[in-house]
Amino acid sequence: MTTSSPAPDLSWIKKLTRPEDLAAYRNTLIAEQQPDATRILVCCGTGCKALGALDLLAAMKQAVADAHLDVKVAPLVKRTGCHSFCSRGPLLTIQPQDIFYQKLKPSDAAEIVQETIIGGKIVPRFLYKPIGSKQPIEKRSEIPFFAAQTRVVLERVGVVDPFDIRDSIVHGAYSALVKVLTQMSPKEVIEEMKISKLRGRGGAGFPAGLKWESCARQKGRHYVICNGDEGDPGAFMDASTMEGDPHAVLEGMAIAAYSMGSDRGFIYVRMEYPLAVQTLANAIRQAEDLGLLGQNILGTGFNFKVSVSTGAGAFVCGESSALMSSLEGKVGRPRPKYIRSTEKGFRDSPSNLNNVETYANVPKIILNGGAWYASMGTERSAGTKVFSLTGNVNNVGLIEVPMGTSLRHIVYDIGGGIPNKKELKAVQTGGPSGGCIPIPKKFLDINVGFGKLAEIGSIMGSGGMIVMDENTCMVEVSRYFIHFLVEESCGQCTPCREGLTQMERILTRITRGEGEEGDIELLEEIGTFTNSFSLCGLGTSSANPVLSTIRYFREEYEAHIRDKKCPAGVCKALYHLEIQPEVCTGCGVCKKRCPAKAITGEKKEPHLIHQELCIKCMECYRNCKFDAIAIR
Amino acid sequence: MSEPNTCCEEPEIDFVFLDRIIQEEFGGRKEAMIMMMQTIQRHYRYLPEAAMIYLSHSIGVPLTKIYEVATFYASFSLVPKGKHILHICTGTACHLRGSGGMVQHVAQKLGIEPGKTTADMKLTLETVNCLGACAMAPVAVLDEQYHPQATVGLINELLDPILAE
Ligand SMILES: Cc1cc2nc3c(=O)[nH]c(=O)nc-3n(C[C@H](O)[C@H](O)[C@H](O)COP(=O)(O)O)c2cc1C
Ligand code: SF4
Ligand code: SF4
Ligand code: SF4
Ligand code: FES
Ligand code: FES
Repeated sequence: MTTSSPAPDLSWIKKLTRPEDLAAYRNTLIAEQQPDATRILVCCGTGCKALGALDLLAAMKQAVADAHLDVKVAPLVKRTGCHSFCSRGPLLTIQPQDIFYQKLKPSDAAEIVQETIIGGKIVPRFLYKPIGSKQPIEKRSEIPFFAAQTRVVLERVGVVDPFDIRDSIVHGAYSALVKVLTQMSPKEVIEEMKISKLRGRGGAGFPAGLKWESCARQKGRHYVICNGDEGDPGAFMDASTMEGDPHAVLEGMAIAAYSMGSDRGFIYVRMEYPLAVQTLANAIRQAEDLGLLGQNILGTGFNFKVSVSTGAGAFVCGESSALMSSLEGKVGRPRPKYIRSTEKGFRDSPSNLNNVETYANVPKIILNGGAWYASMGTERSAGTKVFSLTGNVNNVGLIEVPMGTSLRHIVYDIGGGIPNKKELKAVQTGGPSGGCIPIPKKFLDINVGFGKLAEIGSIMGSGGMIVMDENTCMVEVSRYFIHFLVEESCGQCTPCREGLTQMERILTRITRGEGEEGDIELLEEIGTFTNSFSLCGLGTSSANPVLSTIRYFREEYEAHIRDKKCPAGVCKALYHLEIQPEVCTGCGVCKKRCPAKAITGEKKEPHLIHQELCIKCMECYRNCKFDAIAIR
Repeated sequence: MSEPNTCCEEPEIDFVFLDRIIQEEFGGRKEAMIMMMQTIQRHYRYLPEAAMIYLSHSIGVPLTKIYEVATFYASFSLVPKGKHILHICTGTACHLRGSGGMVQHVAQKLGIEPGKTTADMKLTLETVNCLGACAMAPVAVLDEQYHPQATVGLINELLDPILAE
């Protein structure tokens, strides 16, 4: 999937040849750009782009041009990465007034320019209203979704134009790199990282400072690699970071390279993220042209060249050794862990692999100090964490909170609760390696962090957080993840390859109403075995979705097996839909929506579903305003 | 550049074009093989055998290794794809909002499995594990055009004109 390229004009570039040039250049830019002048920040992240944000951006530019404003700054309209409140897109923020307009159409552009930019008046129609409230909120910082967050990694995401390095420099990019190049020895950098207690954000949570130290100790050419594979389906934190603030990732990698004497880096991005690839490639080119990456950086003699590689659609390539072998142009099969990548990784050389978010934290740690970072979060899980909050929750988007924040705070205060008055059932974390946490029962006040989530049978993972309501079938969710893993297992070791296949077979049977007594115990046995004896992390966590759902939702498995019922109304063979005549108002919405023409009925008369035609797409169920359709 | 062939017979392979990809764009480096294959596939919509043989000779990687890579990674195809490609996201966020049902519906409607192409080569149905637009779930992409919050009804509206072509 390609994206149109905003061809950059690079005529302004003049190489910076001394470390002190950066601050001077920044001051010139600040003077030119007048940060307190009005700016319109249009979100062009992947989510908003899918909703037509590029048309909105063009319309805003046109409206500004048509208004013949006496513009003091150029550009007045700026494209940015994800503003993080994706379920409200297409959207924009007007700075410095901090006005947040959402759910916009290109045709709204002229009104925004006339009323707000020229007239200085708010257009209430475009403002956000919290669910269940009539009071619109003007300022972005006062919207609960934003107010309840602590943004470190995401500070510049949605604020800067990711295609113009100057904007990032104005907002402080590369000043941490200057600091390490001029004031810190490689050892001191690693020391600061250790003090920060930053643990890798890719899932395993290994302390970054220790990894850097053990890699730096090795002899030979060192490689610095960034894991932008983000395989967890339903997570987009790393995508948004790469798309919204590419220079934070690049600067973090450059600092890592300096600390371990490396001159070469790679970013491995999954191919489903064309916008991230394009943004990073452009950012690298601009940083090289300015002398902030590449040969002889800022005249200090430090060299660091970075390139972007794309994956080819294999989840297992997110695993470190598989990723490195994929970078070498080969198939990505994990290898045993006793060979450490920090000793013999990419090209059999010492290689340091970290996740996108891990690197993006580094400049902040260097500038503010490791102790500052460690002061956030909890004792064992320091700092903040970005989650992508999706599923059955009102506010879908990216959130960044200190480690140790409770699920209640995340789902209700930030997420705004569950839509359509449904009950919260579970939160899934950690993707296919994670588990489902049953919320209402016990764990609403659990604090997210590496240790806590593992204790209750899930993992923190890289930050995917999927909220599930009462209409989610836990057996089906576990079948879904196991099916995913069957497709993605590299197949080289038997417990993973065969164990997953068998688990999928059993789960499929159960969801079809063909489950048998003993299936649950068999699943537990196979799952425990697969988790114990597989080679890589894919296999050793693969049964978590099954084991955690059996642990907490055993009665749901039993309902499928014994009663041949799917209580949530998901497993198609085990339920049907019925319109309750006493509730149905005959509004006709369901009839209009039904793609299978399975519903008949006269206006104002109770409607009827013809079971033999119904494909159970749930369109009618979701859209009936009167709750007249029942799962039976 | 030769026109990408969209039908069933082996396309004409343009070796000058292949050389440009292999040597100029990627410097003939073995390590860039996956990205070369991606570029070749973008052009022909699949990996034609003749092009793989040429690639093998050019960078000195045995053909069996190239096939190993081509079959390991989900994005490569050894058979031609249809004129139009419909991707339906089956990532977790999209799955929970009913993308599985959409896939089933399209598969039934077209009489093909996901990953396969209709006999008249008009349409390929693909699934994908997350496009990073999860807030818009479920997401369908027809020929690189995103359709957020897709429904079976919307997919029918998109496909019917194509099938009637
Ligand atoms: C099957 C599998 C898939 C993985 N996928 C990813 C991924 O998509 N992104 C990521 O950063 N780490 C992923 N990891 C974890 C990496 O192996 C590695 O631990 C991590 O990238 C190291 O970076 P960190 O220490 O900064 O977290 C995966 C691990 C396994 C076993
Ligand atoms: S555990 Fe699974 S994915 Fe990992 S090496 Fe073994 S077969 Fe491959
Ligand atoms: S949408 Fe609900 S109330 Fe309206 S006709 Fe259908 S079942 Fe009856
Ligand atoms: S579930 Fe879908 S097919 Fe069945 S009656 Fe409702 S809208 Fe029609
Ligand atoms: S993509 Fe626009 S807010 Fe996330
Ligand atoms: S799960 Fe479909 S876009 Fe992420």
